[in-house]
Amino acid sequence: MSAGDLRDLYQQVIMDHNKKPRNFREMLDANHFAHGNNPLCGDALVVYVKMAGDVIEDISFQGSGCAISVASASLMTETIKGKTIEQAEEVYQQVHKQMTDEDADPAILGKLEVLGGVREFPARVKCATLSWHTMHTAMESDHDISVTTE
Amino acid sequence: MMSLDLTAIRKDFPILDQMIYDQPLVYLDNAATSQKPVQVIDAVANYYRQDNANIHRGVHRLSQRATDAYEGARSKVRDFINAKSDKEVIFVRGATEAINLVAHSFVRPMLNAGDEILVSHMEHHANIVPWQMLCDEVGAKLVVIPMTERGELDLSSFDDLLTSKTKIMAVGQVSNALGTINPVKMMIDKAHAKGIPVLIDGAQAVPHMPADVQDLDCDFYVFSGHKMFAPTGIGVLYGKQDLLEEMVPWQGGGDMILSVSFENTQYNELPYKFEAGTPNIAGTIGLGAAIDYMNSIGIEALAQHEHDLLVQATNKLTALDGVRIIGTAEHKASVLSFMIDGVHPHDVGTIFDQQGVAIRTGHHCAQPVMQFFGIPATARASFAFYNTMEEVDALVDAIQKVQELFA
Repeated sequence: MSAGDLRDLYQQVIMDHNKKPRNFREMLDANHFAHGNNPLCGDALVVYVKMAGDVIEDISFQGSGCAISVASASLMTETIKGKTIEQAEEVYQQVHKQMTDEDADPAILGKLEVLGGVREFPARVKCATLSWHTMHTAMESDHDISVTTE
Repeated sequence: MMSLDLTAIRKDFPILDQMIYDQPLVYLDNAATSQKPVQVIDAVANYYRQDNANIHRGVHRLSQRATDAYEGARSKVRDFINAKSDKEVIFVRGATEAINLVAHSFVRPMLNAGDEILVSHMEHHANIVPWQMLCDEVGAKLVVIPMTERGELDLSSFDDLLTSKTKIMAVGQVSNALGTINPVKMMIDKAHAKGIPVLIDGAQAVPHMPADVQDLDCDFYVFSGHKMFAPTGIGVLYGKQDLLEEMVPWQGGGDMILSVSFENTQYNELPYKFEAGTPNIAGTIGLGAAIDYMNSIGIEALAQHEHDLLVQATNKLTALDGVRIIGTAEHKASVLSFMIDGVHPHDVGTIFDQQGVAIRTGHHCAQPVMQFFGIPATARASFAFYNTMEEVDALVDAIQKVQELFA
């Protein structure tokens, strides 16, 4: 692999979402939230979710981390806002699939395909998945729960 | 002073001669672990090829050779740190185990609720957590020597921190996260003036400077082999003989006993009292070989070269816009922690790796230091004597590559 492949990891969309993360705010009226931590690299974020029935009416996050983890969280909020739990779960599964093999469904992934760049950087997969694990945990519980990836 | 023959030295470290993603490896993660010269690798391999046997117990020839090599390494360590006697050199797994041993066998029996243990703000987790566990257990208090913005110990109130309740002071000689060389000799003098014993964590010091436990007059000195060109899993606890004699054993088992019955066990004499079970014989022999290797180059000479590398790297990084050095103490070992504006250290590490430059990114097992500076992590380049000025240039190039990518 050559240094040029860094562009596959740090694609324009990633860099943009890192610089200007979307839905980057605390949500006071959230009815689900969870903390995500990667103690090895110091990434720490909170994902807030507001459900209306089984629809994700609003989702936001706050915290600090590397470009990959911030961009992934930002893209996640953009993608699953307005989706049902079932649809969000499907996206979650596809994102996971994309990190491990090539046969994820591009129709479901859409813009999230840029996250596939981490496949070639095994040490960084956890950066990309942290916010997704945290979202998943937030949905499953109405308590304040910590997720740790390391 | 003679300058080092780096071409010859680098030939002794076969791992350095390799390509990473089509670019020559630039290994700048020496504070995490150092590379091993062929002399060490061969010593370990030859032990297994020719001498492997258990020590201190066989009458056969191999056991004698293994025992001689193991005890020979102890004498090399004694000379290396200038201990008075081989009895003061205890082989352990590493600095971490040595600190835990002292916490358990020396401090715990005399620690009471309300007592204090004094550490510094820049300690490695290994010199925080064992003491914290002990404090929690008996209701004692962990007291912390503060730090300045430059990453030096703030000793303005040091005298007040040494109290009648202080049962031990445990400080690092060199900070792994910042490179700061602490004035431990003066600190030891002051602690001793109040009758307080002192443990010095020399893990980051021994690869870079001569160690002299008699000159320091510390009560305990600990270090790990793998940071000084020896194998992993071997380290040293030095302790003053009279203190070690009084201490209770650390672990029970073979080799640490003179006689065992179900009614009573008589412990072995020093240093074996603290070496239960079959030890890391190969690692110990490797440590002896590493000491021989360092001596063959000359510790003063390698320290000078590392200092030159640090000065060059510090000057070059200081000249770069958007780069901030974390830890600017007056006296530093060859450790350079830095931040690149707008880029998380983890991203820095990945981009460096793609250019063949291996550095550490993260909190360096020193989270209180990160909290002090209000940062989640740093990127850290750390040099050994086999690093070159060209590798300092590679470090600078790698930083510029990061800045281009994140522009």
